[in-house]
Amino acid sequence: MTGNGQDYDGPILECKDLCISYFTRAGEIPAVIDFNLKLHRGESVGLVGESGCGKSTVAMAIMQYLGGNGGIVGGQVLYKGRDLATFSAEELRQLRGNEIAMVYQEPMASLNPSMSLGRQLMEVPIYHEDVTEAEARERALEMLASVKLPDPERVLESYPHQVSGGQQQRVVIAMALLSNPTLLLLDEPTTALDVTVEAGIIELIAEIAERFNTSMIYISHNLGLILATCDRINVMYSGVVVEEGTVKEVFDEMRHPYTKGLFGAIPLPGADKQSRPLVPIRGQLPLPHERPLGCFFGPRCDHFQEAECGSGRIAMSKVGATGHRVRCSRWNKIDWASYRPEGLGGDEIKIGEPVLNIRKMRKYYEIVDNSIAAMIKGDRIKYVKANESISFDARESETVAIVGESGCGKSTFAKVLMGLETATDGEVVFRDQDVANFPVQSRAPDMVGSVQMVFQNPFDTLNPSHSVGSQLARVIRKFGVERERERVEQRVLELLDLVKLPRDFARRRPRQLSGGQKQRVGIARAFAGNPAMVVADEPVSALDVSVQAAVTGLLQDIQRTYRTTLLFISHDLSLVRYLADRVVVMYLGHIVEQGTTDEVFSPPYHPYTEALLSAVPIADTSVEKKRIVLEGELPSVMNPPKGCPFNTRCHRKLGEICETTEPPMVEAGPGHQIACHIPLEELRRVDPVIKIPKQEKAQPAAE
Amino acid sequence: MSDQTIGVPSGEPAATLFFKRLWRAIERLVDAVLLLRESVVGMVGAGLVAFWVIVALMPGWLAPFDPLQTILPLQKPFAPVPDAAGGGTFWLGTDLLGRDVLSRIIHGARQVLIYAPLATFCAYFVGVPMGLAAGYKRGWVDDVVSFIANVILSFPILVLYVVIIATIGASAFNIVLAVTFASAPGIMRIVRGLVLDLRNREYVFAAETRGESNWRIMLVEILPNARGPLIVDSCLRLGYVIITIGVLGFLGLGLPPPHPDWGGMINENRAMAMSFPHMAVFPCLAISSLVLGFNLLADGLREIALRD
Repeated sequence: MTGNGQDYDGPILECKDLCISYFTRAGEIPAVIDFNLKLHRGESVGLVGESGCGKSTVAMAIMQYLGGNGGIVGGQVLYKGRDLATFSAEELRQLRGNEIAMVYQEPMASLNPSMSLGRQLMEVPIYHEDVTEAEARERALEMLASVKLPDPERVLESYPHQVSGGQQQRVVIAMALLSNPTLLLLDEPTTALDVTVEAGIIELIAEIAERFNTSMIYISHNLGLILATCDRINVMYSGVVVEEGTVKEVFDEMRHPYTKGLFGAIPLPGADKQSRPLVPIRGQLPLPHERPLGCFFGPRCDHFQEAECGSGRIAMSKVGATGHRVRCSRWNKIDWASYRPEGLGGDEIKIGEPVLNIRKMRKYYEIVDNSIAAMIKGDRIKYVKANESISFDARESETVAIVGESGCGKSTFAKVLMGLETATDGEVVFRDQDVANFPVQSRAPDMVGSVQMVFQNPFDTLNPSHSVGSQLARVIRKFGVERERERVEQRVLELLDLVKLPRDFARRRPRQLSGGQKQRVGIARAFAGNPAMVVADEPVSALDVSVQAAVTGLLQDIQRTYRTTLLFISHDLSLVRYLADRVVVMYLGHIVEQGTTDEVFSPPYHPYTEALLSAVPIADTSVEKKRIVLEGELPSVMNPPKGCPFNTRCHRKLGEICETTEPPMVEAGPGHQIACHIPLEELRRVDPVIKIPKQEKAQPAAE
Repeated sequence: MSDQTIGVPSGEPAATLFFKRLWRAIERLVDAVLLLRESVVGMVGAGLVAFWVIVALMPGWLAPFDPLQTILPLQKPFAPVPDAAGGGTFWLGTDLLGRDVLSRIIHGARQVLIYAPLATFCAYFVGVPMGLAAGYKRGWVDDVVSFIANVILSFPILVLYVVIIATIGASAFNIVLAVTFASAPGIMRIVRGLVLDLRNREYVFAAETRGESNWRIMLVEILPNARGPLIVDSCLRLGYVIITIGVLGFLGLGLPPPHPDWGGMINENRAMAMSFPHMAVFPCLAISSLVLGFNLLADGLREIALRD
């Protein structure tokens, strides 16, 4: 055993030409090819890439956890200079959890629901270090305090379901740190969490690395998070590292066309839908057994040259002296300065007359409490106030974004609008018709057809039992767009053209489509009835970065053509800033701020908007960002705080008035409303959260 | 529901389209069988079932004697057939009344393979809509349906059969009725469980936002996606129904004699089964091999379903 000794000063972890394959019925599938990594003490390396690029497989190989059908087929993993393949099963068991710890994506799935958190935490030192129960408990308490959990004693006694998702993830991190590991693997540790909670976890991870001098491997698809947490970065594509180097090198002087493409496809603060549009990467990730010869990125690359890129394995070439390397045979031949990819932009859209007016809409859910205590007290009926006094307008061909974290009532609002629920109070006027109290069955077909929805999860949005064509045809018939069979079929093909899918997809089944393609069909379905308004509920959040831009652009294009009103529900503020004309910020069922995108994204802010903005990770080294980490947890809608809904977490709380009186809607400008007690003048004086350097903004998208 | 099957927009006449669809259905069936080939267990099950299906299809060809004809009582297996009756061998012996056991088993297969699937189908026909309604509508519909199901399921199953058959009389139709009554609640529970999961899928929401009717959502959007587990369950359930029909026959509540009913054969020969075990053992083997066949087939289907 190498032990936990501080005397070892070589690299903690070294992967040398690591090749990992999975063995399936179809034969050997190489998942990771030629992976090299050197990790020193206290260093953190980010692995970034889209789904299926092999980043989690690398983590599993380091843990020696590949499972029955996976195996290392070449190269070595050296831990403190010793090949992991030479470790015995017992040594590996000691290594895992003691020296190498892992934090997974889903905190609820990594905790045992039938054991108290205290017991699960205490197990670690008891198993690995043979300490007494009392000492283990002491250490667990200490660690819970150092991951900044309020009231560690109470958490120790709780079961996983009794604490929130963010707290669960903190417990998991505490558990990983308990044995003071040398190496910490984090596999998308914040993907399942809300953005303000994520900010807290990210800050914690950065602090831990500093304090415990732990080496970290941080796996993520989010470049912004890598920037916030890592020293070095490995960009992976289809099983190979395409670019590696320090975060600064890769972010500022990226060389590989794929890395370049990724940065062009994510909405950075400087992007703008007219002047600096997003540039999607065309095509899609090849399946492992369908990888092209030569450069794997070749078919999607604008700089592809058959002679240089089309055959043989492309090796890593050195770019800088510090270990900035890139897997591209033409990296020094590409002329980036004159490269102007075609973006998704278009002409400015003229916004028309209001289509939707919502006036003081409320939606309460009734919950009957059958406990004896409630019966005695006589308050058996409780209300979940999902939406409280929602008022806003949406105009023709306008994009209105509704922003907020989970539980803020944005989905409930969508349900009322679609007629799946009826409003408790207030008006929802759509084209001069109040639909607040009409469930969808009692609406006229053309009314139903004119408000349609794009859903979040591409793997769930299409019925797996029916062909794509039949699902589209059903919508066309249902809304009475066409009735004759021939015409319906013709319209199905037109819809596929509209979302840029090949026509023969009509007879395919959803399982034969990729996530992005399914989402395109979902969009086609929403537009089948020629809707006046489309509600898009996080339409791209489940898609890979390179596909996100294409789907977003498509949505925009169609909206522009049909002058559709788009209600864009999202938690991704970067995307909202890029896409939306107006923004509505919601918190616990209340609208706390609304206005045009520019108004909402610059002072005066509502304190919640300010916190939300600061929580968004931004993949741009030149952007300066104010750090505001919200204290506490999102209160339950069953028992919302009195006064201002945000008072329990607000960093600018004035005092008693916030706890007792609901804040008034203050007009900060025409149409820009903020619900806060703080005087407007004071809010105006707040520094902007995100500072974009001027010269950066002037430069074109490609560089 | 023509809009469910279109997908290849074309100007072909309906007849060609129909045959194309039929051909595609056959192709899919063949594909399914080819898939099953990868599961050894499933193939053994399919083989056993296929064996009995063939037997049931042509009992007249396979059976050496008329199942109702009394020839020579109490002959052991491999006993010679008297020349008066045509010569040969009683491969599985004869029963108390002198009827050829092999012939009776062969003819009995047809009874089982008609009534067991029929009863299972009827149970599904009743149980599936109940489960769909309970799982999708929830609320009072769920409460009522679940309550009825719980009441039925709380009866000892055998007592329930005896009571039903004793009340309405022993006949093939009544057996189907009794099995339906007793199995539907179990099917309802399975379907309800599946629907509770499927109703939260986004394609169901999409159908709701189009204003589709409840029955359309249940039958077109939800039910097809529950088919995997239901196919496996139906194979298992078919096995239980075969046992049930056997048990009913044994209790004298099955098909009225002299029909060659496997359960009934065991019952008829019970008195002499100690001295002449073959009269009871062979019908038992017939039942268990068929049930085993269906169970293994279900296992194989599940194995394949899990893999893809």
